[in-house]
Amino acid sequence: MASVNSLHSHSTGKAGWLPALLPLVIFVIAATRVPANAAGEHLHWTLPWVPSLGVGLGITVDGLSLLFVLIVSLVGAAVFLFAGAYLGDHPQRLRFYGLLTAFMVSMLGLVLVDNLLALFVFWELTTLTSYLLIGFEHHLEGARFNARQALLTTGAGGLVMLAGILMLAEMGGSSDISHLVTQADRLRRHPLYLPTLACLFAGALTKSAQFPFHFWLPNAMSAPTPISAFLHSATMVKAGIYLLARLHPVLGGTPAWMATLVVLGAMTTLWGALLAVSQRDLKRMLAYTTVMALGVMTMFLGGRTTPTLTAAMTFLMVHALYKSALFLVVGTIDHQAGSRDLHQLGGLGRVMPLTGLAATGAALSMAGFPLFFGFIGKEIMYQGALAEDLFPDFATGVALVANALMTAVAGIIVMCVFAGGLRFPGERPREAGWAMWLGPLLLGALGVFFGICPDWVGRHLIEPAVVAFHPQADEIHLKLFHGFNLPLLLSVVTLTLGVVGYFGRRPLARIIAAVEKGLPVSADGAYARLLDLTATLAEKHTRIVQNGSLQRYLTVIFVAVALASGWPMMKAGLGFGPLMAGFDAPTTVEALLGLIILAALTVVVAAGSRLLAVCALGVVGAGSAMIFLWHGAPDVALTQLLVETLTVIIVALVLLRLPPLPRPLSSPRRRVFNAVLSLAVGLVLAGWLTAVTAGDLDRGVTAYYEAYSAVKAHGRNIVNVILVDFRSFDTLGEIIVVAVAGLAGYGLIRRRT
Amino acid sequence: MQSIILSSATRLLVGLILVFSVYLLWRGHHLPGGGFAAALVAATGFALFALAEGQEAVRRGLRADPRRITAAGLIVALTAGLLPLFSHRPFLTGLWGTLGPSLSLGTPLLFDVGVFLVVLGTVLTLLLALEES
Repeated sequence: MASVNSLHSHSTGKAGWLPALLPLVIFVIAATRVPANAAGEHLHWTLPWVPSLGVGLGITVDGLSLLFVLIVSLVGAAVFLFAGAYLGDHPQRLRFYGLLTAFMVSMLGLVLVDNLLALFVFWELTTLTSYLLIGFEHHLEGARFNARQALLTTGAGGLVMLAGILMLAEMGGSSDISHLVTQADRLRRHPLYLPTLACLFAGALTKSAQFPFHFWLPNAMSAPTPISAFLHSATMVKAGIYLLARLHPVLGGTPAWMATLVVLGAMTTLWGALLAVSQRDLKRMLAYTTVMALGVMTMFLGGRTTPTLTAAMTFLMVHALYKSALFLVVGTIDHQAGSRDLHQLGGLGRVMPLTGLAATGAALSMAGFPLFFGFIGKEIMYQGALAEDLFPDFATGVALVANALMTAVAGIIVMCVFAGGLRFPGERPREAGWAMWLGPLLLGALGVFFGICPDWVGRHLIEPAVVAFHPQADEIHLKLFHGFNLPLLLSVVTLTLGVVGYFGRRPLARIIAAVEKGLPVSADGAYARLLDLTATLAEKHTRIVQNGSLQRYLTVIFVAVALASGWPMMKAGLGFGPLMAGFDAPTTVEALLGLIILAALTVVVAAGSRLLAVCALGVVGAGSAMIFLWHGAPDVALTQLLVETLTVIIVALVLLRLPPLPRPLSSPRRRVFNAVLSLAVGLVLAGWLTAVTAGDLDRGVTAYYEAYSAVKAHGRNIVNVILVDFRSFDTLGEIIVVAVAGLAGYGLIRRRT
Repeated sequence: MQSIILSSATRLLVGLILVFSVYLLWRGHHLPGGGFAAALVAATGFALFALAEGQEAVRRGLRADPRRITAAGLIVALTAGLLPLFSHRPFLTGLWGTLGPSLSLGTPLLFDVGVFLVVLGTVLTLLLALEES
């Protein structure tokens, strides 16, 4: 809890409403599209982006995108407004706004683009901004740990998802969703259907914190409250849900799709709901209900009938409204009363009436009371669960337990925190400034408004969203009262069970805590072990590969060269017979140079000091330079000679500081091995060189350079013209490498001193 | 390594070596030479100077940190590449102008100067750091 306390500031009067204008404007623009969109008029336009890969930035505004844009911008406006008051004069509030805006734009991009590769880019941008926002208070160890956990989990899922996207694009012939939809039948029968589906699920299920990847989300809630309310409950974690909905018409409806999503969604739902009831920290409690809600949505997206998918979309909206309001309320409580601990708080409704009102409105919607949007959501949820294709009874049971526990959680938040005797840990809390209660109050009020006119919401928001990914949708009706039927009966049962759960919360929490402790593995623990294992493996691997012995590095390199180039040469039958045939008898000068080089080599091998060896090596280099010169390559000879000279100087500088060579230098066996290896490398390279030059060289490129060097490039030295004109891009890359290598070497030398 | 003979000879030689280096750079487009070779020659000259007078003397003579020379070289080479963009030609296209009847000057020469500075700066960075340690 220290993480949030350090953000507290007592000057809440400062106008922080300015950053809220951007999401508000987006919301208003999006809202004006609602009637046209409901009439079936979709916007679509395309910008070329990476034409070479066929990636166009197609923007699509259909019912599903519009629903997400509305949620993102509305919750965004409330959160920006809230953050202004919450952060007060925090010295880094500009960084906060910058990151939050960057996140919002990425999220909007994610739900608007038609191309899956573009979607992936925005997807990863939300992952990155989420990482930076969770770690906003990076001076805290816990914040850094949680940020990294979220990044690694969702980032790894995202990369696997990229593989899935690439496979899907390969199978379908394009990465545009609008195109893939037309290929759906073929894709579902494709032999790579299952691997593709598994990869895409890995992305969606990690992002939306589904079992067994649910652990990162409650930990991510260590971020400041506005971030939790925005990213980790209302928007980013729903990116996975969005993707599942988008891909539903492409890959959905198969047994594999249904079984995976229903089973994982149900497990997430139950586990999240149970853990939520047993929390003391209000924020963690909301975090687990968010995990639960995401599970419910995933479970319903596993279905393929209209009621089931309608339930997913309705619950998405219901949840976004009440959960962001409740998060902001918890942030307000934390800010005003200095605690989020259930055992330290009580009766706050008396001192913070407006916040209490907002909390009650949101909580009643969460509990699913009649006249609230949550009631509609719950009714439609039971309808959807009963219409599930695969396991309707199972889904209904899960929904029943989840809803009952949600009712209990709603009860805990309202009754324990706002009702009863006044309790607070520090000084007497006061009502927060308008910027803090306005957002939650409006979000809560919207829940009531939608609850009273469900028909309007159904026709204008839910139905267009469902039709966008389920074109076969028959008539969708959201009604206040569906008559006396099974869903209504289940609602009554839910409320009853919820009340039982509320009063039995203490024993229930104890049982759950005991069960949790008794489990042999926890997802959190598995994550920690995997991280440790990676670190240990990396360390062991480095010890072996980078052990610091130059001799070993060179041995590895030379053995690799000898084998990798010697083996194909042997297989191609390039013996040394034809090799020698290509040689003319050496001239006197060549023979003399050869003798000098051989003599110098003998000195290198037999030298008793390093300096002597290096100088003799210089003679070898100079000898080869002479051969180049003799054969009419002055540029190569010049460069070779200069490099040799400088190498001797530089190596001599280093050698002056080294102790004398030990005697004997190495064991006889080692020496024999080295000799064999050296000879092998020399023979292989010489063999390749003669083999390559023995054939007819294609002189096309050379002829071009010869013809145009002087005419087009104003130079008669072809070598230089190639370097600085014809192929200057290569040279540019090379000098950058030279500069970077130089800096790295400089760093190494300075480190040692 | 204090030696009067080395020190006096160096004073004469280093000047000559540097002049030769600039000559190599200048003639590189038509005859053997060029920025890379010229930079190596210049570096050899500075190395000789460092051996005779110590790396401090080289640093004083250079006036700039060799790492800055590297950076300047990259900037010069990039500039040579970017200039053609202003006349709507692809990156690194050679632009040429003639001075008098026979002398043509162009961005490839500028690019070569960049190569010269990068290589010289890098070699000196390492050389002086080694000499210093």
